[in-house]
Amino acid sequence: MGINNFRKSSVNIKDTLIQIKNSRVFLVIVGLFLLSLLLSVLSPHFLTVSNILNVLKQISMIAVVSIGMTYVIITGGIDLSVGSVLALSAVSAAYLMTHNINMYLAITVGMIIGVVCGFISGILITTKINMPPFIATMAMMGIGRGLSMVITEGRPIYGLPNQFGFIAGGYVFGIPMPVIIMIFLYLIGYVHLSYVRTGMYYYAIGGNQEATRVAGIDIRRVKLSAYVISGLTASIAGIILASRLVSIEPLSGSGYELDAIAAAVIGGANLYGGEGSIIGTLVGAIIMGVLRNGLNLLNVSAYWQQVAVGIVIAGVVSINALRKK
Amino acid sequence: MANDCLLRLEGISKSFGGVRALQDIDLEVNYNEVLALVGDNGAGKSTLVKIISGAIPPDKGKIFLEGKEVSIKNPGEAASLGIQMCYQDLALVDCLDVATNIFLGREICRRVGFVDFLSFRKMREKSISHLKTLGIELQNVKEKVKNLSGGQRQVIAVSRAVYWGTKLVILDEPTAALGVREAKKVNELIKNLKQKNISIIVISHNLQHVFYVADRVVVLRHGRKAGERVIKETDGDEVVKMITGAEFNGQELAY
Repeated sequence: MGINNFRKSSVNIKDTLIQIKNSRVFLVIVGLFLLSLLLSVLSPHFLTVSNILNVLKQISMIAVVSIGMTYVIITGGIDLSVGSVLALSAVSAAYLMTHNINMYLAITVGMIIGVVCGFISGILITTKINMPPFIATMAMMGIGRGLSMVITEGRPIYGLPNQFGFIAGGYVFGIPMPVIIMIFLYLIGYVHLSYVRTGMYYYAIGGNQEATRVAGIDIRRVKLSAYVISGLTASIAGIILASRLVSIEPLSGSGYELDAIAAAVIGGANLYGGEGSIIGTLVGAIIMGVLRNGLNLLNVSAYWQQVAVGIVIAGVVSINALRKK
Repeated sequence: MANDCLLRLEGISKSFGGVRALQDIDLEVNYNEVLALVGDNGAGKSTLVKIISGAIPPDKGKIFLEGKEVSIKNPGEAASLGIQMCYQDLALVDCLDVATNIFLGREICRRVGFVDFLSFRKMREKSISHLKTLGIELQNVKEKVKNLSGGQRQVIAVSRAVYWGTKLVILDEPTAALGVREAKKVNELIKNLKQKNISIIVISHNLQHVFYVADRVVVLRHGRKAGERVIKETDGDEVVKMITGAEFNGQELAY
């Protein structure tokens, strides 16, 4: 292979189709399609508008958390704190609302808390302390959960304003609000990661941190921002959750970090960094939601559902790894 | 003397703890010249180019660029002075395509509001035309770097350094990991660069390559300059003797 062999047929439609076929996202979309086909054959209730909207509503919170997780994973990091940050933000907002603070102000404070949590994790990871992301966000996981318990004294907060319930309970043009929020955030994430300069930097850092630094990019700022985004999306998911239940308990969001990681990984993200896509993550979250929903419709017990989700994760990642070679 | 060379080092010294990595190195790089830097492992070649590229500061000594004294504190400053180091493994991001790699850190963007949208098409077009000026035919700059061969990657890394460092490019063992044919392509590229008004410092262990690409060779030994020769006026034996110190057996004790 020499320089002359560089010459390849110019980019044409065939190349583009091959590219789509080879992309990891394509595989998961096909997987989702086949899964849906199977479930609609097995259950008459699966392929109905109301059921599909229901699935999307159910996954909306995990899906929103997964946006930030995708950013973090693309940089080669991990964020274990999202479930706790979700709880802390939601609990703080709920606490303020039940103490006669304006609803919108309370929501804003909740989101700021999420941002601050992400910022602190990011500082631990990107400054001289140079803490591994696993450790830093594990510490934040404990802090967030603990503070949620402190604020609520371990009890759920009830009696949030009815108006607040609209965020998750409302519909616009027949589409549930959480789904609209989710799609909106995914659009922003998609455009940012695919077409915007700062979005490309996350991939660059995940692919080769040193080369990115030598290229003159402030890698600390980019990495820090990934954790801030993760904190923000976790807090938004927390607000949606609190609104949906019109109450919040300090243990909410437990285990969300693993679901979010699973969604990103099913969607083609590589925990070593540099790979992953926002569309893939959305499809990954939908696959998990559809799988759980379908198994529910088929009256499969919740215990077996966990087994099924585990098998899907192992299967998808194995197929991706084998296809690569 | 001050202005007839691109880069001049005077009395560069560097120690790491008790180890004297470089002692009193004088070095000149002329305009449009390929200078080979050779020496055994630990002779100080890497330390010297790291100092030139701003990765580490010298303990002592002066650096003149085009006759003016400069202090190069970090790789960014070196880049803005027109000095680019092309690292062996650090140069490229595997998961990005060729065009994005060439423009990494200085992307071409279209600003909408406060958001910089990447102009992929422009970067691809400019990459193709830039590679063409270096004699590299590559249409598919959309290919991810990880799908390229070692030689192709090296060529892209060098092209990238050349695109941004218009005066002096430093190559650390550009052919070390390559097969014979790929190494030949890289060497041809290096010779090509000379015609683009670019000077090159190339570190190499391969004397055959050195004699093929370089105009002049500087030999380092135990952190000192063991000698320098114009390539046309020397041969492999003499350079090897300078590298190993065979000629200086008698003087070795005096060091």
